[in-house]
Amino acid sequence: MLRQLVRGLRALIRRSDADRDVEDEVRHYLDEATAAFVADGLSPAAARRAAQLEIGNTTIVREQVRAYGWENLVSTFVSDVRYAARRLRGSPGFTAVAVSTLALGIGASTAIFSAVNPILFQPLPYPHAQRVMMVWDQGVDGSRIDVTFGTYRELAERSRSFDTMAVMKPWQATITGAAQPERLVGQRVSAGYFHALGLPPALGRDFQASEDRAHGPNVVILSDALWRRRFNGDATIVGRDITLNDNLFTVVGVMPAAFENVLAPSAEIWSPLQYDATLPPDGREWGHHLRMVARLRAGAGRGSAAQEMDVIARTPVADFTRMPWASMSRGLIVSALQDDVTRSVKPGLIAILGAVMLVLAIACVNVTNLLLGRGAQRRGEFAMRAALGAGRGRIMIQLLTESLLLAVLGGALGMGLAALGVRALVALSPPGLPRVSAIRLDSAVFAFGFAVSTLVGVAFGLLPAFQASRCDLQAGIQRGSARTAGGHQLTRRTLVIAEVALALVLLVGAGLLLRSLQRLFAVAPGFDPSHVLTMQVEASGHRFDDQRVAHRFFEQALEAVRQVPGVTAAAFVSQLPLSGDFEKYGVHLESSANTSPNEDQSVLRYAVSAGYFDAMGIPLRRGRLLDARDDAEGPVAVLVDESFAKRRFAGVDPIGQRLHLGRTDLPWYTVAGVVGNVKHTSLALTQSDAVYVPASRWYSADRTRSLVVRSSIAASGPGSSSALAAQVRHAIWSVDKDQPIARVTTMEDLVAASGAERRFALILFEAFALAALALAAIGIYGVLAGSVSERIREIGVRTALGASRADILSMVMRQGMSLTVAGALIGITGAMATSGALATLLFGVSRVDPATYLAVLALLAGVSGIACAIPAWRAARIDPAITLRAE
Amino acid sequence: MRRMPNDSTDVIQGTLDMLILKTLSLEPMHGFGIARRVEQISRGVFKVNPGSLLVALQRLERSGWLDAEWRHTENSRRAKFYKLTRAGRKQLDLATADWTRRASAIARLLKAEV
Repeated sequence: MLRQLVRGLRALIRRSDADRDVEDEVRHYLDEATAAFVADGLSPAAARRAAQLEIGNTTIVREQVRAYGWENLVSTFVSDVRYAARRLRGSPGFTAVAVSTLALGIGASTAIFSAVNPILFQPLPYPHAQRVMMVWDQGVDGSRIDVTFGTYRELAERSRSFDTMAVMKPWQATITGAAQPERLVGQRVSAGYFHALGLPPALGRDFQASEDRAHGPNVVILSDALWRRRFNGDATIVGRDITLNDNLFTVVGVMPAAFENVLAPSAEIWSPLQYDATLPPDGREWGHHLRMVARLRAGAGRGSAAQEMDVIARTPVADFTRMPWASMSRGLIVSALQDDVTRSVKPGLIAILGAVMLVLAIACVNVTNLLLGRGAQRRGEFAMRAALGAGRGRIMIQLLTESLLLAVLGGALGMGLAALGVRALVALSPPGLPRVSAIRLDSAVFAFGFAVSTLVGVAFGLLPAFQASRCDLQAGIQRGSARTAGGHQLTRRTLVIAEVALALVLLVGAGLLLRSLQRLFAVAPGFDPSHVLTMQVEASGHRFDDQRVAHRFFEQALEAVRQVPGVTAAAFVSQLPLSGDFEKYGVHLESSANTSPNEDQSVLRYAVSAGYFDAMGIPLRRGRLLDARDDAEGPVAVLVDESFAKRRFAGVDPIGQRLHLGRTDLPWYTVAGVVGNVKHTSLALTQSDAVYVPASRWYSADRTRSLVVRSSIAASGPGSSSALAAQVRHAIWSVDKDQPIARVTTMEDLVAASGAERRFALILFEAFALAALALAAIGIYGVLAGSVSERIREIGVRTALGASRADILSMVMRQGMSLTVAGALIGITGAMATSGALATLLFGVSRVDPATYLAVLALLAGVSGIACAIPAWRAARIDPAITLRAE
Repeated sequence: MRRMPNDSTDVIQGTLDMLILKTLSLEPMHGFGIARRVEQISRGVFKVNPGSLLVALQRLERSGWLDAEWRHTENSRRAKFYKLTRAGRKQLDLATADWTRRASAIARLLKAEV
């Protein structure tokens, strides 16, 4: 084997030496044979002849010997490549168009693949990642809802399908110490969290079960990034204390750099959950606010685990009490972690992947068409080669080599485009996209790009190669003065029709997304987002354990902020619309005989300072707004939104009605007014009911609040907004310089961000659709131009026989537009059939929206009209005298 | 006077390699020498086609069964001499054993038919 390789390589590298060896050997053979004949008694001349006769044609012998060995295939291939390269250099225009078309297709698909691969196809970066599951409680409508700690305890004790189960919740901690205070995003997790994911800390140790109990020790595990940033990667950090929220926490471990936390990508610090295992009925242990992750035992499958969970849910046992709102009566949902984190983005990503494959297909079709056109011009060349003895296979291989060379060039350029594309994709990616950090050009992506290039090269090369090799020798050579347009035009037209159809599918997709986004941003958020700056302010530290101190801090901060020039209104709110904050409570109306409010956690609770509605621009519908009076003692006045009033007080005047929110053991809240609905989670989602409570009267002071500042200065520009933000921040710090401020943004940006996923899809679809449209137009143009130049003589005759320029123009236009119409008809059918893939991304627009289809058709007609007009105009200007003389 | 015997046949398909190896097991030789020796020993029954022979030599050399060396002849031309390698000798033994087995089997079959 090795010898074959070495000898072959030597023969390949020193071709002339190898040739000389063969020649010498053959000559020597001849000499010896001659000598033998002479020895037998022949005269030298006769002996020579006899030897020649015996050996036959020495050239053929030489060729036979030379043809042995694998290196000959290589050298044929090399000469094919060399020839192909010469042919491509010979027509730089063609090569440039073909290579850039392919680069576009390959680059776009590779970039998209690099984004989709880690999210949808690669396993998550955990050992035996397919065993990691999420377990959810099930809501009325089959929706996934967070589990309670009680449910987790019961499942963890009773289930046999899982090795480890763990629950988690978001946590925010302010770290203080030598460096500047910093607000950290983290998680409170039950002790088995890292074990469930399968990755232990790289330094130190994992949490122990004994640490995860009420009033357990304060311990934390750090992320690698935090450890390096804050502690310079000092390994002695393990065992040391750090200050978080004014408390000392002992660092017990540091996670490895490779640990990717798909459940909370921005979390940098973890601490045990430390819930009360005695499960007090009115405690947080029974709130639906924990996500549960679990690792299947080796050999257990998702199906069997789901079955076991259902059995447990259906059969309560005396050892584990259940609260009525956590009865698991609707069963549990078990889904693979990967499916779970990609669930919301998967349909969109698949649609985008499909779209880019269409672009790739169009690029291929376009290059096929170019090659076919070139094949028609080169028919004479192929015929000549065939006449000189080239077999059909040789010509096909030669042409395939050419198309592969094109594909490789296109692929190389495409990889460059993909590298740029990946960067743009990451920059554009919507906040909800999981595993963004894993999006890069890695070996898998390169393999994909290479495979696509090769496949594409064969795909678009095969048809032209086949057609060229089939060409009739005689007809080919005679074809100096062809009188008819060849049958290959039919193939080319079919391909153009396909191209137009594919482009239309993409255009419709882009059109539908565009309309959706327009509709989405036409949705009134319920507040006036312009000129509103917002930031999260926290009262951090033990001195704020006294609620009155916390209230005073926020009051003083507001006062200070109102002094900033340009500020017209400022207020605090416990959860900010469209920011990702989400907090719901159970409600209990005095008028209803409902038992426990906690059974139905369906009402958004906003704890607000009095000026909130002015600052946000939320309109009052009935009754009155909250004001300073409501902060005083006495009955607590609250506001509800219209949706609440309509759904819960149907037909009754809501003003004066009384309700409990959360706790039922406190005095009733009285509804004092009704305000407009506000979109809280997303512009696209239907309205939730909301109750606004004066922050000063809520039974526990919210320590983290969002400041909302309305100013007379246009806050939209990043410069002015950040200047204002700096002033506002300064004002807050003038009250207390140790309080962390986070999430500084404008309400306008939050509104825009709520459409981010659709906008991401739209940008990609628009880009792909425009590329497809351009390619289709080039395709139409190419076929028509080719057809016109083949029919010059015919057109000349027509003109000579009296056809007017307008006749010729309309003839060619008709020919071109008929391709468009055929393609459009197929494309519309295709678009209707495939637009279902976009369903989750659409908003307020039907997937067969007639206006979109009409607009897209008009655009297509316009562009293809231009593509047809150029060759048509050229045809109309053909001078019959010149073409006829040329005959 | 050297004559082509009329009843000479081409070497049986697939045995050329074995014959070359056998011939070279006696002493190193050049291409024509091998052809000549095969013809002589077979008493003119086998005639070796020079083209096939040279290709076969190339193949055997590539397989590592032959080593080649260039020598200069008296009239200062280059001549390629082949000699058997250890692997070639092993291969020859294998091929010989195989051939003997087949030939005796065929002989038995033919005898049984008589």
